[in-house]
Amino acid sequence: MHVLGYKLPALSSLILWALLWEVIGQLELTFFVPPISEVFVTLFALLPTPAFLNALGVTAYTFVAGVFFAIVIGIPVGILMGKNRVLDELLLPWVNIFISAPLTALVPVLMVLFGFGARTVIITTTLFAIWIIILNARAGVRQINRSLIEMARSFGASPMDAFVKVYFWAALPEILGGVRIGVIRAVKGVIIGQLLISIVGFGALFELYASKFLMAEFWAILIVLFGLAFALSEFLAYLERKVSYYAAAR
Amino acid sequence: MATPQIKPDTRSTTDSAVSVRNVSKVYGDVQALKDLSLEFPRGELTSLLGPSGCGKTTLLKIIAGLLPATSGEIEVNGATVTGPGPDRSFVFQDFALLPWASVIRNVAFGLELRGVAKSEREAIAEKYIREVGLAGFEQKFPHQLSGGMRQRVGLARALSVNAEVLLLDEPFSAVDEQTRRKFQEDLLELVKNEKKTFIFVTHSIEEAVYVSDQIAILLPRPSRVSEIIRPSSFRDKSVDNIRRDPEYLDIVDRIWASLRSYVE
Repeated sequence: MHVLGYKLPALSSLILWALLWEVIGQLELTFFVPPISEVFVTLFALLPTPAFLNALGVTAYTFVAGVFFAIVIGIPVGILMGKNRVLDELLLPWVNIFISAPLTALVPVLMVLFGFGARTVIITTTLFAIWIIILNARAGVRQINRSLIEMARSFGASPMDAFVKVYFWAALPEILGGVRIGVIRAVKGVIIGQLLISIVGFGALFELYASKFLMAEFWAILIVLFGLAFALSEFLAYLERKVSYYAAAR
Repeated sequence: MATPQIKPDTRSTTDSAVSVRNVSKVYGDVQALKDLSLEFPRGELTSLLGPSGCGKTTLLKIIAGLLPATSGEIEVNGATVTGPGPDRSFVFQDFALLPWASVIRNVAFGLELRGVAKSEREAIAEKYIREVGLAGFEQKFPHQLSGGMRQRVGLARALSVNAEVLLLDEPFSAVDEQTRRKFQEDLLELVKNEKKTFIFVTHSIEEAVYVSDQIAILLPRPSRVSEIIRPSSFRDKSVDNIRRDPEYLDIVDRIWASLRSYVE
């Protein structure tokens, strides 16, 4: 965007919205919206507290574990579905059901099955992320140019070589796209899991701040989470752009 | 006026690099090839020419070992073909390059799959990159090259594995007319210098007559070899004179006369 001939940096419109927030906060229209300056002061005060660091640690651990399982299970399953007709017929209906299902409704069942701890949150996170990763890896493998497969065979590629040197790379743009969307869904999964269990990580903090009407703390945590999710998504989009030079020319 | 020498397809040559014996291929209830026999003389370029649907690409892929024959057998240097092998290399119609790999890695890819060390395979690749006229483009990627240059990469890759038999599946059909003519001249040079056996699938009559030592005309429904033509007088002439050689023009006309009734 250009203003008076100057090019404004990306996201500079956020400043405008922050100003609006500050004004509404200073007017004290509602206890629900404290001034954003107060929120940020609270945020920096919160960051070094053990409660926050503990919540961040637990959340990071369950999130990373959940995404890890979604990726290491999702990508091979997707690739196998793309290459094997029988497996595809067996699994595809389930993948399609779960990708559109309201998984939040499953969390109480998971709590009964796996307890009220990190395990349930990890499983919830994986369940949120895995389906789109499977579908995209499957789509990536299915669109591989037939003649690339024939090329690998005609030059004597072993199945392992063909997989590592051709199929994986040929499907990589779709796989990365799936991982990016999967990770965004995993953020929802980890927070929803924690909120419903409400005694772990940020879920516990939200519960605490909301029940005591500590809105500045509540917003501070929310801003941290939004920021982390956005940074993560941008990082994966950057990885995706790194392979886009060949994505269009396959 | 010179008349083309025509031999029946049962002719047996003592020195064949590739022999196709009674090969049939059935897809479901479609007979793609029926009892087809053909000899490919060593060190020569043989074209498989015919209307679309005559099974010429199918035959090439069976020779490559990419498709199994329903019955019959293929011999390359006396050994029966059961699958792809190091004695044959393939040039693809759509180039089949790895879009994420540089020119040099693409050219060396056949050697990479055979476990040749990196420095050795890149030295070989560089030699063939020069030979196909792409020196200076080693570090470029396929999307930075024109269609003609991409096919030169495909050709260099097929040459670098040093297979005795080169299988070319309509290699020039995706490049423009002028590039194509240059390719045809370069191909003649290559056949002369490389001492390899070339099997060349095309649907262009002029192209087949221009580049071939032997032309096998394939006809569809049921697919079979209808005749084999060996141009005799213009093969040793310079590339500039072939297209106005009377025998060249005669053969082109003859082939068109026999194919025209199969073209819808």
